[in-house]
Amino acid sequence: MNYPVELQYSRDHEWLRMEDGIAVIGISDFAQSELGDVVFVNLPEVGDDTTAGEPFGDVESVKAVSDLVCPVTGTVCEINEELLDAPEKLNEDPYGTWIIKVENVTDTEDLLTAEQYEAECTH
Amino acid sequence: MKLIFEKSVPGRHCDLLPKCDVDPVELPEGFRRETVPALPELSEVDLARHYTELNHRVHGVNCGFYPLGSCTMKYNPRIDEDMAALPGFTGVHPLAGEKHTAGCREVLDTAAKYLCEITGMEGMTFQPAAGAHGEFTGVLLIKQYHASRGDTKRRKIIVPDSAHGTNPATAAMCGYEVVNIPSAPDGCVDLEALKAVLGEDTAGLMLTNPNTVGLFDENILEITRLVHEAGGLCYYDGANLNAVMGVVRPGDMGFDCIHMNLHKTFATPHGGGGPGACAVGCKAFLKEFLPHSALMDEPGHLQVRAFAGNFLVVVRALTYLLTLGREGIPEAAKNAVLNANYLMRRIQGSFEPAFDRICMHEFVLDLSEYKKETGVSALNVAKSLIDYGMHPPTMYFPMIVHEALMLEPTETESKETLDWAAEIFRELYELGKKDPDFMHNAPHQAQIARPDEVRAARQPVLRWQKG
Repeated sequence: MNYPVELQYSRDHEWLRMEDGIAVIGISDFAQSELGDVVFVNLPEVGDDTTAGEPFGDVESVKAVSDLVCPVTGTVCEINEELLDAPEKLNEDPYGTWIIKVENVTDTEDLLTAEQYEAECTH
Repeated sequence: MKLIFEKSVPGRHCDLLPKCDVDPVELPEGFRRETVPALPELSEVDLARHYTELNHRVHGVNCGFYPLGSCTMKYNPRIDEDMAALPGFTGVHPLAGEKHTAGCREVLDTAAKYLCEITGMEGMTFQPAAGAHGEFTGVLLIKQYHASRGDTKRRKIIVPDSAHGTNPATAAMCGYEVVNIPSAPDGCVDLEALKAVLGEDTAGLMLTNPNTVGLFDENILEITRLVHEAGGLCYYDGANLNAVMGVVRPGDMGFDCIHMNLHKTFATPHGGGGPGACAVGCKAFLKEFLPHSALMDEPGHLQVRAFAGNFLVVVRALTYLLTLGREGIPEAAKNAVLNANYLMRRIQGSFEPAFDRICMHEFVLDLSEYKKETGVSALNVAKSLIDYGMHPPTMYFPMIVHEALMLEPTETESKETLDWAAEIFRELYELGKKDPDFMHNAPHQAQIARPDEVRAARQPVLRWQKG
């Protein structure tokens, strides 16, 4: 299981990377492995508001449908449309595959470091 | 094997329908289809062989053990089918008028009376087509109740995270905001988490008891009291009624309305796509909001389906109730619980139960440690069972247990069958340690071993098209 140190993590298994004030969000390697093969991703629209700790979309795998929980409050400025046709990218490369980008970030959940997140996942 | 459409030969036919004995009527222009439907054309013998071949490729309760947790795959007595096949029931038309439908009404009234007695409810409708539709109807009762009192601030329905997925879906379909509360470690309702979300905006709580891990929530009276104190109503999801029917009544637990999957608990073959039937019951103060049972377009009345619903499933349910009677119904529930506990203890020592305590009608095995040790997953064990002529248990549900296998043997299995099944689980436990690869590739005998579920979900082909 991979936990890149340059990323921050939420307890709901999303990862977050800040790029020039914009929050780039995806799901962790642990999340994709627990979900199993992802078959569908439900994304918000550009311009939608997100709230830290609230769902912004969902992922459907062969096992279950799970909420995608946003670690930040802000406005969606970009969505990864490639996922609509190729949801398997989340399994193949969870850290290379971002899901949404959020701007005007005003609030952020208490996030975990890679080390803390790994401890959460393996305890 | 070929699809029935692929076996079709133009011009071949058989005479299964009786000759038309009334004058044909031409459909008005706008209602006629423009192209001839691509119906398969087969002789009777082709047809018989087609369905026999299909029959050889499926596993039903009539073929063998079917411990599919949460689905109550009990054996359905033949007498239920015989009654539902009586021409007086199959030939009736819902608009035939009171004189010709009096017997059918008596079936509905009698079934309603018995089901009210079993659940502690005072009103009942059979209109919903099956379980989730019944949930929808039940939550609409709650909604109408609050609306009738002008209580418009109640926008939230509370659903524990261990609930069946249909519960939050139902609440959302009824226009409510779903509030998920985390379960306690044993899958029961966390009272503190419940208290934290109850308030003036609470419309109600949806709950299954016994819950989805097969445990009876001992705080149930406190739970329903708290919800009522906040002004909300309590909805009982009857999915697990088989464990308690005739023994303890949801009405006495404090629930205000309930749905029952008649096809599941009261013996109609199910799992093949229907038809099912759902009874929705309620306490007296909600009766005025129930769907009208027969007539369409009754002003101001909830209507969720035409006429009286899937009537013949109610005939089966009533037959089942009358055959088992006042003594047999609780005995069936108790045997369902006994069988589940017996099987759990016989398997224990190999695969371990997720909760080491007395269960109700079903139990969950937790294979996460086993998977770490051997690399053999719940899926691999489930697939391996197919080679023994056993239907796999429910996998990866409930989601609060990782690597879950959920077994519900039901009351209709004998001790011999349970002993046989337990031996197979113990055998597979050892096999996974010795030869995990063999289990990774199981089943080895089945016609279809590992269908590509991912491709099926990503690129579903839902309709046959002429090649």
